[in-house]
Amino acid sequence: MKTPEERLNHFNACIESEVKIEPKDWMPDEYRKTMIRQLSQHAHSEVIGMQPEGNWVLRAPSLRAKKILLAKIQDEGGHGLYLYSAAETLGISRDEMIEQLHSGKAKYSSIFNYPALTWADIGAIGWLVDGAAIVNQISLQRTSYGPYSRAMVRICKEESFHQRQGYEIMTTMMNGTAEQKEMAQDAMNRWWWPSLMMFGPPDNESAHTKQSMQWKIKRESNDVLRQRFIDKTVDQAHFIGLTVPDKNMKFNESTQQYEISPIDWEEFKQVISGNGPCNHKRLSHHIKVHKQGKWVREAALAFSKNQQKNKATLFTN
Amino acid sequence: MSTTDNQLPLWEVFIQSKSGTPHKHAGSIHASDKNMALENARDIYTRRGEGRNIWVVLSDQIAASKTEDEAEFFDPADDKVYRHPSFYKVPDGVKNM
Repeated sequence: MKTPEERLNHFNACIESEVKIEPKDWMPDEYRKTMIRQLSQHAHSEVIGMQPEGNWVLRAPSLRAKKILLAKIQDEGGHGLYLYSAAETLGISRDEMIEQLHSGKAKYSSIFNYPALTWADIGAIGWLVDGAAIVNQISLQRTSYGPYSRAMVRICKEESFHQRQGYEIMTTMMNGTAEQKEMAQDAMNRWWWPSLMMFGPPDNESAHTKQSMQWKIKRESNDVLRQRFIDKTVDQAHFIGLTVPDKNMKFNESTQQYEISPIDWEEFKQVISGNGPCNHKRLSHHIKVHKQGKWVREAALAFSKNQQKNKATLFTN
Repeated sequence: MSTTDNQLPLWEVFIQSKSGTPHKHAGSIHASDKNMALENARDIYTRRGEGRNIWVVLSDQIAASKTEDEAEFFDPADDKVYRHPSFYKVPDGVKNM
C-alpha cells in the first residue's frame, strides 16, 4: 500500500511522462470528476446529435443519400456508446448519466440546439460541425485518460467519412441551380458561427482550461483549435464558391492565418443556458424515447432471467 | 440506480480481426444476455469489417491486477535473466541453434 502522497506523486509522474491513466489507477477526485463531466458531455453530444440529422432520413433526395445518412447517424450512436463506456470505467453508471442529461445537470454541445432546416444543412453539419469535432477529437487522441484516448482514436477513424460526405453535398449543391446554390450559402451562413462556438469560450474566459491542460485532459486550448479549424475550412469554402459570412475576415500574411470578427458569445451563453431554438425539443424527445424504451429493457431482462432459470432446471433434472 | 429501470449488465468485448491473431479488447457494451451482447458488440465495434470473431464476457467476471502494484507484482521475473536465450554462451562455429 502506498501513502496518499506517494500515490499523488505517482499520478503526477505518469501525467508528466505521457503514461496514460487507466481505470483502476489512483487519481485525484477532481481529475475523476472533470473526466466524467467531459466524457458524459461528449457522449450526450453524439447521441443528441443524431436528432437534427434523423429529421432528414425520410426526406433524403436519393436512396444513396439516405443510406449514407443512416450509416452516419448509426456511427454517431456508436460514438456515444464508446464514450459512455469510457465514462463508466470511472464509476458513474449509464443510468446516472442519462438522469443527469434529463435533469439538465449534464450538458451537450450547444450546436445541436440549432435546427436542420434544409437538405443543405445536412451538408453543412457534416462538413462544418463534424469538421470542427474532428479538429477537437484529433487533439483529444492524446488525452491522458486511457479509455478516452482509445475511444477518440476509434472515433477519428470513422469521422473523416462524415466530413467528406457533408462536403460532397455542399459541392453538389454549389454545382447545381441558382436555388440550390442559394440554399447551400444559406446553410453556410447559419452554421458557420455556431461551428466556431463549438470549441468553447475564449481561453481567457474558459473555466476549466487551465487545470485540464495541466492534467493533459485537454492538449490544446479552445482558441488554438478554433483557429486551426478556421484556417482549414475557409479555403474549402472558397474552393466551391461559398462565402464565409464574415465581411471583416482577413488573411494575415505574416501569421498565415485568417483573422475573424469577434464571436457573439452572448448567443453562445443563451443557447448553453437553454434558450437556443431547439433545446426543449432535443431534450424532451430524448426523455420521451427513453421512457418508451423502458418496457423493452424490462422484457429483455425478464427473458434473460427466465433463460437462466430454465437452464438451471435442465441441469437439476 | 433504480431497480425497475436500468441499462442492462455490462460486458467486455474482445475482437479477433484476422484468423490466427489473438482476440483484443475493443471496449464494452450493455446487454441482457449472451446473444444480445454478441449482436450489440458486432453493431458497435465492427461496422467496417474490423472483426471475424467476437468474445463477450460479463465485466464483473474479470479479475485484474493493479497497476499501482506493478513493480511488486511482476517482481518475481526481474532476476531471472537465464530465462532468455541471450543469457547463454554458445561456442563459435555452432550452427542452427
